[in-house]
Amino acid sequence: MHIEEFALGNSSIHNLDPRVKIVAALTFSLIVALNGSMTTCAVAFCFPLALILAARISVKKVLARLLAVNVFIAMLWLCLPFTVPGEVIYSLGPLSISKEGIIAAFSLTLKSNVIVLAVIVLLGTSRVFTLIHAMSHLGVPDKLVHLFFFCFRYAQVIHEEYHRVINAAKVRGFRPYTNIRTYRTYAYLLGALLVKSFDRSHRIMAAMKCRGFKGKFYILDDYQMKSFDYLLAGSSLAFVLALLVVR
Amino acid sequence: MIRLRNLRFKYNSHPILDGVDFAVDPGDRIGLVGPNGSGKTTLCRIIMGLLKPEAGEVEIFGKKRTEEADFAEIRGRIGYLFQDSDDQLFCPTVLEDVAFGPLNLGKSTEQARRIVSETLDLLELRGYEQRITYQLSGGEKRLVSLASVLAMEPEVLILDEPTSGLDEETSERIANLLTASRFTYILIAHDMELLTKTTNKTFKLKRGALSQIV
Repeated sequence: MHIEEFALGNSSIHNLDPRVKIVAALTFSLIVALNGSMTTCAVAFCFPLALILAARISVKKVLARLLAVNVFIAMLWLCLPFTVPGEVIYSLGPLSISKEGIIAAFSLTLKSNVIVLAVIVLLGTSRVFTLIHAMSHLGVPDKLVHLFFFCFRYAQVIHEEYHRVINAAKVRGFRPYTNIRTYRTYAYLLGALLVKSFDRSHRIMAAMKCRGFKGKFYILDDYQMKSFDYLLAGSSLAFVLALLVVR
Repeated sequence: MIRLRNLRFKYNSHPILDGVDFAVDPGDRIGLVGPNGSGKTTLCRIIMGLLKPEAGEVEIFGKKRTEEADFAEIRGRIGYLFQDSDDQLFCPTVLEDVAFGPLNLGKSTEQARRIVSETLDLLELRGYEQRITYQLSGGEKRLVSLASVLAMEPEVLILDEPTSGLDEETSERIANLLTASRFTYILIAHDMELLTKTTNKTFKLKRGALSQIV
């Protein structure tokens, strides 16, 4: 599954206690997001970088993910420099670019990339279900955990159904062109996808009820903190505290 | 154990069950046959409380069942194997899927783990605990689904076409397991050979009416 492409490795980072990963990713992101200075961001960058090296995940794939994030950030570059009031450094007809706007956009870009990197390397290296388990171990409310679980589970179901309907069309010679018939076919496929996924979700719910599901998930895995988990938890904490001092 | 009286059910104003009486007693091994769309699955879903009949009475384990809460009580005691295993398996690993039922019934994690390994042994699926459910073959999926139902130690089994679409070997494994067991069950199937081998009475559902044929 594409979404878990980083979770398949086997390194000290992959095998970390998922609770440590979640807490580390959360505190790190918060500190970076709330801290204004660029120096902090630059120093903070070392954290995900070291982890990526330790996790031995493909830098190329990480960059591909970052690219997706930066497409959104590009939108910010399209508006922030023009809308943040401040010292005008360039005028484009009625529009003017402010120095403060550029700085804000740059700082946001830097922060987002550092945070996304940390999230990829910390959370992306665990299976989603492991993280869901860890969330409930950390005392996240059951309702939120279930919401997360079913979103992921049904995203997979819908993905499978999508392949089924698209293949059903392909084996009967469907090739997309730019014409009404193609659009109509896509509308049918989308309709079939929705109806089928809806039906399937009902049947899965029924299957769960038949096996005694009463709204609570029980967890089989019990996590044991190992010495490396304490080490990483400790060093992350020290690093995050250091970031507070650096500013 | 199960008593259905004068059951009626319509699907889009098309009558599926038209006054059905049906009873399951301990030791019964009942085959249920009938054309596609004749309401065999509907009948089973009504027993499980997944569908509400329009009229009629559902009595299970000596008590009339009408509300969702009534049916929640019986779901661990009646094991229902779905027609499509993809609907049944939703946990990431075989271990978690098979343990899902026992944990819901209040077993501890150690007990659940023990039940899982015993059930997998019974179905000759030893060592499957950490396999990813959606990567199993069709036959394996069906066997794991069956394991997930058996793990609840139900008193009655409802098996909806348990061998359809399976190869001969896997079908035979399921048939042999049923013949050798002491389970009380309702078995929906089209395969008469399987039914003669595994059941001691057979009912036919046709045009809304149920009749005993064997």
